[in-house]
Amino acid sequence: MSDALLRLDGVTKAYPGVVANADVSMTIRPGEIHALLGENGAGKSTLVKAIYGLVTPDRGRMTLMGRPYAPHDPHAARAAGVAMVFQHFSLFDALTVAENVALGMEDPPPFRTLAARIREVSETYGLPLDPFRTVGDLSAGERQRVEIVRCLLQDPKLLIMDEPTSVLTPQEVAILFETLRKLSAEGTAILYISHKLEEIRALCESATILRLGRVVATCDPRETSARAMAEMMVGGSLHVPARDRAEPGAVVLRIEGLSAASPRAFGTSLKDVRLEVRRGEVLGIGGVAGNGQDELLAALSGEMTAPRGLIFFEDHDVGPMGPDARRALGLLAAPEERNGHAAAPGMSLTENAALTGRVREGLTRRGFLDWGRARGFAASVIETFDVRTPGTETAAGALSGGNLQKFVIGREILQRPEVLVVNQPTWGVDASAAAAIRQALLDIAERGAAVVAISQDLDELMEISDRFAALNEGRLSPPRPAAGLTVEEIGLMLGGAHDMDVAHV
Amino acid sequence: MIALERRPQASTAWTWAAPLMAVVLTMIFGGLLFAALGKDPLVAIRTIFWDPLFGEFASFYRPQLLVKGAPLVLIAIGLSFGFRAGIWNIGAEGQYILGAICGAAVGLALYPSEARWLIFPLMIAGGALGGFLWAMIPGLLKVRFNANEILVSLMLVYVAEQLLAAMALGALKNPEGMGFPGSRNLAQWDSSVSWIDRSAGLHWGVLFALGAVVAAYALMARHVLGFQIRLTGQSPRAAAFAGVRPNRLILVCLGLAGALAGLAGMFEVTGPAGQITIDFNVGYGFTAIIVAFLGRLHPVGILLAGGIMALTYIGGEIAQNQLGTPAAAIQVFQGMLLFFLLAVDVLTHYRLRLGRKAPAPAPRPAPAPEAAE
Repeated sequence: MSDALLRLDGVTKAYPGVVANADVSMTIRPGEIHALLGENGAGKSTLVKAIYGLVTPDRGRMTLMGRPYAPHDPHAARAAGVAMVFQHFSLFDALTVAENVALGMEDPPPFRTLAARIREVSETYGLPLDPFRTVGDLSAGERQRVEIVRCLLQDPKLLIMDEPTSVLTPQEVAILFETLRKLSAEGTAILYISHKLEEIRALCESATILRLGRVVATCDPRETSARAMAEMMVGGSLHVPARDRAEPGAVVLRIEGLSAASPRAFGTSLKDVRLEVRRGEVLGIGGVAGNGQDELLAALSGEMTAPRGLIFFEDHDVGPMGPDARRALGLLAAPEERNGHAAAPGMSLTENAALTGRVREGLTRRGFLDWGRARGFAASVIETFDVRTPGTETAAGALSGGNLQKFVIGREILQRPEVLVVNQPTWGVDASAAAAIRQALLDIAERGAAVVAISQDLDELMEISDRFAALNEGRLSPPRPAAGLTVEEIGLMLGGAHDMDVAHV
Repeated sequence: MIALERRPQASTAWTWAAPLMAVVLTMIFGGLLFAALGKDPLVAIRTIFWDPLFGEFASFYRPQLLVKGAPLVLIAIGLSFGFRAGIWNIGAEGQYILGAICGAAVGLALYPSEARWLIFPLMIAGGALGGFLWAMIPGLLKVRFNANEILVSLMLVYVAEQLLAAMALGALKNPEGMGFPGSRNLAQWDSSVSWIDRSAGLHWGVLFALGAVVAAYALMARHVLGFQIRLTGQSPRAAAFAGVRPNRLILVCLGLAGALAGLAGMFEVTGPAGQITIDFNVGYGFTAIIVAFLGRLHPVGILLAGGIMALTYIGGEIAQNQLGTPAAAIQVFQGMLLFFLLAVDVLTHYRLRLGRKAPAPAPRPAPAPEAAE
């Protein structure tokens, strides 16, 4: 094919013990929006890293616009016309938009020119952006615009986007798709990585599906059902979580008007948050990242204590209690960030099991830890949640993201919580493991526990929640029954339309 | 082309090989240093590392190993708790001095009572309390105002030295000392002497040091506090999630370090030093920092490292007497040891890759994009 923008021929990359890419061949045409699909560990990341010059393939050839292409670092890739927007933004909070853009450029023009260019490009593509605003004050969607504009200023031929919609509201997703379609119409090809199959069906013209490092299928997403694509990714049929919806029981967790400053710089303060969760119920809390999710979790886990009279677990005023006292009562939590928050990456799984399991699993005797029992507890988490690890003494940081996620969620679930608060429970976890985690959350709810699930994945929340509320700039909307909510309604809740409630107070 | 590649898991082999390699490298480069000074390097190394243990006069030097090693180990054990948790107490020297002053002051206040059963334990408590309180100054300033404990604790060393001079010349001066600066000799007073067997170098500080090693081992390996200390050092946010109260931990770690350094000072002044003098402190508090790191912040490692460091002190003195090496040479030698340890330590967390250029790191301040596999 002479009309290919980028061709991959037999690209192979092996790491010790694992073949990340085996003989991958694919073609991207100019102006095409091409989806790259696969479960976690299927090799998507390694493949785009190879294209972006972060990884050198062991074998295979790449051809860009008819010329051999072998970037040895991202500078070379950018010079050749390949740009990438990472899932995690690499921006400095304390600098302005223009300063951040200049930092990422090989040869930044004078500041005034750059600011003008940023305005021009951002407006052309429908991504309004003020070059002089401080990045720390921007929403996640706006930050993504900074990253995209930074790429567009280099006039790329191929734009790689890694999970771009995970931090966006449905409305912001629509704007992003408009931008991408416009770019595509102008001849820029887009390699689009996402787990959200409906989005891919709406946006992409072709898709390459990877499984265990190999290309297992290609398809036209517009003509393939999401379920069919998911099954091609998994290589089998997909388990959809289910449960018998029980009548909700008594209120077990109550927050009565909690306002609290974020402990972090550029964090979001909680503003008059009120909620009630009943036994047997899953309360889903949606919201775009950075709208107070971390703070809400910290307020419930006990990392951030509150004055008396604001947070109640049954009849206990738990506000002033620290994490251990709350755990003793049965209020457990699993934070979003696995490495360094939910788990200590340098410590073994046994030690990480003791990290939260100490109180409820009786792992201490007179102040001394019983490592034998801790090991047993770790082993049961590993077995019950199918954590792939050589053993309990492996460092948590050596596990893949999805496996560690299974471990940290499983660790809380096995402690028989009365209330479990999770933030992004299936973030970065592949489809079948995500289904298992959701099923486990539903199972404990059925058993009579209350679950507060904070997530940015709306599909996930709709799948498991009984009621749904949205966090926006630290305010929580009044929860509504999840059944029957439309995407538009959810979008408005996420975008803060409940501000109207505040207005007439 | 040589490139460093991060190991997924710290290498256990290198954790223990690094200190040994640092000692060997120090011997090699120290030997070159002595050669440059015009001394025979092999003789110099033998004088420092061999003679104190197995030389002709070893029976005279071996007890000295206990005398020098005990305060180093005692202080380093205390420091290791904070260092594990990322709390940097650099002022153990000051806490050591205050322990000596307070311990001596308690004893001298009761002079010349003969009730050793009361006086000696009181002095021990006084020494520990003196060091503890001195360490609470950086501790409370850190907790209350987030003042940098490195600077505060270090500056307090110089305050402590002034205080020491004031005590030696003032409040604690021997009234029967014919005007000479310095306190009464506590090692010659039956109620306060810490020697158990002077000819063997054995004093109560040695026993406390060994006890501290055992207690620290149990604490770090099995106790919740040790677990919290390690967790805080590893990832403070995970520690907070696990229920560690950071401010309390700062005070506990600094307090432990201060109390142990204070004890070391108290045993020194009632034994090997004998009296409070202007030049009572000889830098054990600083050398103990090297001992703590050389011993991998591990109690058993610290015990061995304390031995090696004591060896360089004694060997250095022998070399000074017999070979005429300058006094500073041995300090350079000790500094080299820490330097090489930190350098070799890289291999614990990274491996060397020779040959082809390794994958370049992400160009921007990016956290590597590993999430979207």
